[in-house]
Amino acid sequence: MTGMTAQGVVQILASGLLMGLLYGLIAVGLSLIFGLMDVVNFAHGEMLMLAMYATFGLVFFTGLDPIILAPLVVAIMFALGVSVYAGVIRYALRAKANPGMVQVFATFGLALLIQGLAQYFFTPDFRTISNTWLGGKTLNLGGIFLPWPQIYGAAISLLTFGGLYLLITKTDFGKALEATREDQGAVALVGIDRNRVFALGWGLGAALVGLAGTVLAIFYYIHPQVGATFALIAYVTVALGGFGSIFGALVAGIIVGLAEALTTMILPPSLKSVGVYSLYLVVLFIRPSGLFGRL
Amino acid sequence: MGEPVITSGTSGFVAKRLRQLIVAVAVFALIALVPRLTANVYLLNVLILTLLFAALSQSWNILGGYCGQVSLGNALYFGIGAYATSILYVKFGVLPWGGMLAGGIIASLLALALGYPCFRLKGHYFSIATIVIAEIGLQLVHNWEYAGAAQGIQWPISKDSWWTLQFARDKAPYFYVALGMFAITWLVTFFIVESRWGYWWRAVKDHPEAAESLGVTVFTSKMGATAISAFFAAVGGGFYAAFLSYIDPESVMQFQFSLLMALPAVLGGVGSLWGPAVGALILIPLAELTRSYLGGSGSGLDLMIYGALVMVVALTQPEGIVGIFRRRIVRNVAS
Repeated sequence: MTGMTAQGVVQILASGLLMGLLYGLIAVGLSLIFGLMDVVNFAHGEMLMLAMYATFGLVFFTGLDPIILAPLVVAIMFALGVSVYAGVIRYALRAKANPGMVQVFATFGLALLIQGLAQYFFTPDFRTISNTWLGGKTLNLGGIFLPWPQIYGAAISLLTFGGLYLLITKTDFGKALEATREDQGAVALVGIDRNRVFALGWGLGAALVGLAGTVLAIFYYIHPQVGATFALIAYVTVALGGFGSIFGALVAGIIVGLAEALTTMILPPSLKSVGVYSLYLVVLFIRPSGLFGRL
Repeated sequence: MGEPVITSGTSGFVAKRLRQLIVAVAVFALIALVPRLTANVYLLNVLILTLLFAALSQSWNILGGYCGQVSLGNALYFGIGAYATSILYVKFGVLPWGGMLAGGIIASLLALALGYPCFRLKGHYFSIATIVIAEIGLQLVHNWEYAGAAQGIQWPISKDSWWTLQFARDKAPYFYVALGMFAITWLVTFFIVESRWGYWWRAVKDHPEAAESLGVTVFTSKMGATAISAFFAAVGGGFYAAFLSYIDPESVMQFQFSLLMALPAVLGGVGSLWGPAVGALILIPLAELTRSYLGGSGSGLDLMIYGALVMVVALTQPEGIVGIFRRRIVRNVAS
C-alpha cells in the first residue's frame, strides 16, 4: 500500500502481536481438552461468549471493574466446564457407534442450545461494557499507539501460559493430566481416576477460555453470536499449532495475529481472514498435523 | 455396516435388493401424490425444503457416512451450484437445468482439486479444513463484484415455465423437481453402495490402514466419494437459487448450510439409505415451524429446541433413528 511508513508497519505488527497472544489464550483450552481426550469442543466459541456475558452481568450488578471480577468469572467457567463434561461429554465418550461423529454433533448441538439460551435471556442486542479502567485508553510508545486492553490481554496470556507450563510440569494434577493423555488405560492401574482428570481438564479448558472472555469483554461487542467470530480463529490456531500442543497454541496464536495484521496491509478489510485461513491451509498441507502436533 | 444382510446366498441378496428398490419406488410414488392433496403454499414450501435437504444430506452421506470423511464445508458446493446457475441464467440466458449441470461439474472438479491436499488430513484436521475452505469461499464471493458481491443476484421476473424453472404461485412443480432430485440421489446411493466403490468406502471408513494393505486405494476412493457428493450438493444449490429467484452470499453459502447438510444424516443414521430422508423429515419441518412460530422475534427458542434435539439424538442414538428400527429387525430375526 502506498504511503505506508516504517512506523505504520511497526504499529500494525505490534497490534497483530498483541491480538495474537490473546488468540493463543482463546485457543489453548481447546487444545488442552483435545490433547487430553481427543475431543474437539465445537461449543468452544459459545463458552467464550458465556464468559463475556458473565463479565458483563457481574460488572452490571457489582459496578466493579472486569479486571477485579476476572477470577470470579474464571471460577464460574471452571464449574461450567466440569458440568459440560459430566452432563454431555461423559455420555458422548460412551458411544459405541460413530464415536467421532457423536462428539462433533453433541458439542454442535450444545453450541446451538447455548446460543439459543443467550438469545432468549440476553436478547440479540449488542452490548458493551463502558467506563472500565482500561477501555478506550492507549499507550503511546514513541508514536506507536497500543490500546491498554490489548496490552493487558497480552500480559494475561503470557502469564497464563507460564502458569500452565508450571502446572503441567510441577504439580501432581499436571502429571496426572500428562499421564492420562499418554495412556488412558494404564493410569487406572496406578490409581488415577480417569473421569476425574477429564472433568478437571474440561474445567481448566473452560476456565482458560473464560479468562480470555474477561479480557475481550473490555473492548469487544458482546452478543449471542460473538463466539462464532472467534471460534473459527481458535480452531485454525489449534490446528495450525497442532492439536493437543499447548506451546503450539501460543506460537500459532501469534502467527495468526501477525498474519491477520499483515493481510490488512495488502487486502481490503473485508478479506482480513482470507490471509489467515490461506496461510493455515498452506501450513497444514505441508505438515498435516500442524506445527507441533503429534499424530 | 450398511443394511443388516441376512441372506442365504446370492439369490437372497438379490431378492432383498429388489425388495428395497420396489419399496423405494413405492415411497417416491406416494410422495408424488402430496401436491394433489394440498395446495397450501406454506406446507408445500416446507415439504420442498425437506425433500431438498433429504437429497443434499444423502449427497453428504456418500462422503461423510459411507466413506467416513466428515465434511463441514459442503455449503461451498451448494453455493457454487447456486451461483453458477444464477450467473448462467441471469447473465447468459442459460436455462437453470443447464446451470445446475454446469454447477455440478464445476463443484466436482473443485472437490477433486481440494481433495488432493485435504485427504492427507485426518479426523478433526480434515473437518476443520473443510469449514475453513468454505469460509474462504464465502468471503471471496462477498467481494466478487461480478456476482453482485454482498447484494447477490436477483432473477428476472418471468412467466411460469418449466424451462426457466420459474413458478410464481404454483409450488407443485418445485415439489416434483425436489422429489426428482431426492429420488436420483437415493438411487445413485443405492446402486453405488453395493458396487466396488461402496465396499471400498466402508473399508476406508472402518479400517483405512487395513483397507490400504488389502489393495483398496484409499485416496482414489475418497476422491470418488467427494466428486459425487459435491456434484449433488451443487445441483441442489442450483435448484434452491431457482426456487428462491434470489441469492446472496449468506443465503446460500453460510456455515449453517454445511451443518444442515450433515445433520439430517447424523440424526437419521449415517451410512444408511433412508437415514438422511428420515432425519430431514424431522429436522426441516421442526426448524421451519419453530422459526415461524417461536423464532420470529429472534427469541432463540428455535435454536434451543434444535440444539437440544441434535445433542440428545447424537448422545442417545449414535446410529441415528434408523438404528432403532434396524436393531428391532435384527432382534426379530434372531428370535
